[in-house]
Amino acid sequence: MEHSYFFITMIYLAAAVVFIPIAKKLGLGSVLGYLLAGVVIGPSLMGFIGSEGQDLMHFAEFGVVMMLFLIGIELEPALLWNLRAPILGLGGLQVLLTTAAVAGLALLLGQPLNAALALGMILSLSSTAIVLQSLKEKGQLSSAAGQSAFSVLLFQDIAVIPMLAVFPLLAGSPQGSSHSASSLRDNLPAWGQTMVVLGAVVVIVVAGRYLLRPLLRIIAATRVRELFTAFSLLLVVSISVLMSLVGLSPALGAFLGGVVLANSEYRHELESDIEPFKGLLLGLFFMAVGASIDFRLILSIPWVILGLVVGLMALKALILLGLGKIFKISIEQNLLFAMALSQVGEFAFVLLSFSNQNNILPQATVSILTAVVAISMALTPLLLLVYEKLIQPRFSVKSSDNTREADEIQEKHPIIIAGFGRFGNIVGRFLRVNGVKATILDLDSDRVDALHNLGVKVYYGDAARRDMLESAGAADAKVIIVAMDTVEQTLEVVRVVRKHFPHLQMLVKAENIPDTFELMDLGVLHIYRETLDTSLRMGADALQMLGVRAYHAYRNAGTFRKQDEKAMKGLSAIRDDKKLYINTVKERIEELEKLMSGERTTRFNPSGLGWDEQSLIEEARQEEE
Amino acid sequence: MSRILILFAHPAFEKSRVHHQLLTTIRGMQGVTVHDLYETYPDLNIDVRQEQGLLLQHDIILFQHPFYWYSAPAIIKQWQDLVLEHGWAYGRTGTALRGKRITNVISAGTKEEAYQADGWHQHPLTDFLLPFKQTATLCNMQYLDPFVVYGTHQLGATAISEHAISYKEFLENLRDR
Repeated sequence: MEHSYFFITMIYLAAAVVFIPIAKKLGLGSVLGYLLAGVVIGPSLMGFIGSEGQDLMHFAEFGVVMMLFLIGIELEPALLWNLRAPILGLGGLQVLLTTAAVAGLALLLGQPLNAALALGMILSLSSTAIVLQSLKEKGQLSSAAGQSAFSVLLFQDIAVIPMLAVFPLLAGSPQGSSHSASSLRDNLPAWGQTMVVLGAVVVIVVAGRYLLRPLLRIIAATRVRELFTAFSLLLVVSISVLMSLVGLSPALGAFLGGVVLANSEYRHELESDIEPFKGLLLGLFFMAVGASIDFRLILSIPWVILGLVVGLMALKALILLGLGKIFKISIEQNLLFAMALSQVGEFAFVLLSFSNQNNILPQATVSILTAVVAISMALTPLLLLVYEKLIQPRFSVKSSDNTREADEIQEKHPIIIAGFGRFGNIVGRFLRVNGVKATILDLDSDRVDALHNLGVKVYYGDAARRDMLESAGAADAKVIIVAMDTVEQTLEVVRVVRKHFPHLQMLVKAENIPDTFELMDLGVLHIYRETLDTSLRMGADALQMLGVRAYHAYRNAGTFRKQDEKAMKGLSAIRDDKKLYINTVKERIEELEKLMSGERTTRFNPSGLGWDEQSLIEEARQEEE
Repeated sequence: MSRILILFAHPAFEKSRVHHQLLTTIRGMQGVTVHDLYETYPDLNIDVRQEQGLLLQHDIILFQHPFYWYSAPAIIKQWQDLVLEHGWAYGRTGTALRGKRITNVISAGTKEEAYQADGWHQHPLTDFLLPFKQTATLCNMQYLDPFVVYGTHQLGATAISEHAISYKEFLENLRDR
C-alpha cells in the first residue's frame, strides 16, 4: 500500500503520542514505549508502515548520530580523562572477550574464520541509544553501574573505527563491488581504505578545532536565531555525510565532532538546538527498530531465534558480570551493569549490512541476526524493568544472604544520620566540626566504601529497618537526620522511626512541595526543603547586584522563607482542592509582594517595616501646621 | 498581681555564670515570662507583631542582659528599633504601652566602686541608662530602679547564688506589690 508522506508522518507521530504516555504510566519507560509503538504500526501487526521501514531506520539512525554528538559535547575532556581506566580497561576487555567468545562459538558452529571474527565484533557491541536513554530515565546514569556502562559504550563507539577499518581486510574475495558504489573507498586497496578512514577522523578534529569556531562566531553575529539552528543541523549532517562518504559510522564522527566542540563557548547553544531533533529522531529510530522485527522470519524458526537471543544475551551478561567483579563494582550495581549492556547495539545493523556488502556474511545469516539484534534491543528496557521491580528492591529493603551484610555498628551517638549523600554529607561535616559525633547509615555500598577510604566512618545499612536503627543506638539517641536519596526511602524511614522510636526528634530532608505535604501528613515537624535556603541566598545576591542594599535583601530573604514555610502548612490542608489551592497560592504571592514592599497586610506580620519614618514625618508636619 | 516579661539578651549565654544562675533561680515563677531573644531570633529578624503581643500581655517589662559598652547587647537595640513603632508605642496615637513599668536587670563586670564620679568609669551606672529611661518616658511608661549585679568578674559561686536569691525577691516584690 502506497501512503503519502504526510500520512506516514501522522502515523508515526500519533503512535508516539499514544504509546509514550501509556508506557510512562505503566512505568515501562519511553524507550519501550517507542519500541511497542513500532511493533504495533509495523508490517507484522497493523501494517501502516511496511517496506519503507528499513529506509526509515537509516534515516532515523540520524537520531543516534545526534545523540552521540550531544554526548560528545557534554563530555568534559577532564571527565573523559577521569574515566580512562574504566573506558580502556572495562570497555577494552569487554569488547575483546566478547568478540573472542562469540567468534569462538561461531567457529564451533562451523562458520569460516573471517565470518566468525566479524560476528564476534558485531555482536560485542551494545546499544548506546537504548542503554543511555533508559538509564537516564531511571536516574541511574551517575551511579556506579551507569558510569561503567557509559565507559564501555564509549569504548565500543571508538572500537567501531578499527572494526570498520578491519572489515575490508576480512572480506574473502573482492567480488563485492556489484552493489552501488556508495562509498569513496570501494575502489581502493585495503591499506588505502584504512588511510581514508584515518584521514576523515583527522579532518573532523582539525576542522572542529580551527575552522568551526570562527564560523560559529560569524553565524552568531547575524543574530538570526534559526540560522544557528540550521547551522547546528548542517554541522551534524555534514559530519554524517563525510563519514558515510568514507564508509565510516556517522555516529562516531559526530561524537568526535562533539568532543572537539565540548570546550567551545557555543556549546550550550548547540546542545539546545540539537536536543529536540535528537529526541524525535531517536524516538523514530526506536519505532523503526520495533517495526523492523520480522515476525514471519521469527515464526518460521522460533527456537533458533529464541536460542540465539537468550544465549547471546546470557553470554554477554556473564562476561560483563565477571568484568564488573574484577573492577570491584558492588553486586547490586554489577547486576544492573550486566543487564543493561547485554543486548546488541544499533551499530550491528550497520555492520551487518556492511559485512554483507563485503561478502563476509551471507544474506540468510544477516536476516536472522538482524532479527536477533532487534529482539535483544527490545528486551533491554524490559530487563531493566525487571531489575528495577524485582532485583533492586531485594537489595534496598533487606540485604539477603547473597548480598552485602549490613555493617556491625560499634558506636552510639546522640545523633543518627540516615543517608549520607550530598545533603547528609554537609550536615554531617558541620556537626563534626562542632564536635558532635553522629552514627551514619547509608545504603549505597560504593559510597560507603569510598567514604571509608577517606577515613569517614559510615555504616552500610538500611535505616528503614528497625533492627538497623536499634543497633545504631536509636533507643538512646536524641535526634535522627533523615536525608535519604529518594522520597520513598525517606518516607519509609520516617514511618519506622515514628512507630518504633517515637522519642527521636526527626529532621527530615524534602525534595519538593509534594514531599513536604506527605511528611506533614506523617506528623513530621522539622522539614527542610532541599533547595529553599540556597535559592533564597541566590535571590538575595541577585537583588544586591541590582543595587538593593545587602541587609535589606538578606532580611527579605529571611522573611520570605519564614512566610513560605508558614504558608506551606496552610496549603497542605487544602491541597486536594485544586482550584482553591491555586487561588490561595496566588493570594499568598500577592500578599507577600505587598509585605516586601512595606504595605501592611492582614495575614502576614509586616516585620519588614523596620526603620520606616513615614508616619513620624507626617506627624511632625501636621504639628507644624 | 502584675505580670512580668523578661526580655533576656545574652549572645553567649552558654558561657555566662551569672545569668545562668539568675534564670535558674527564678525558673517557674508564677506571673513571670522569660523571653530569650537571641534564642528566638538568632538572625536578628525580629517578629514585630509577636513582640508587641507579648508586651500587651504584661505589666512590667525587664531587659535582662550583661552590660556591654555601657549599654545592652545589639539585639536589644534591634528590638527597640523595630518593636517600639511610631503610632503604636509613641507618637500622638501611640498609647499601647501607657502605664506599664520597665527597667533593666544588668550584670556588670567591674565593681560598684568603679561606677562613681572618681571611679574608673567616671559615672554611676544609672547615668548610662539614660536612653532607656527616656525611651520609657516617650512610650508613656514608668522607668523603675534597675537591678544590678556588680563585679561579676570576681564573683564566686556562693556570691552569685546570693544575688540570684535577691533577684527572685526583687521580682516577687514587683509582681506582688
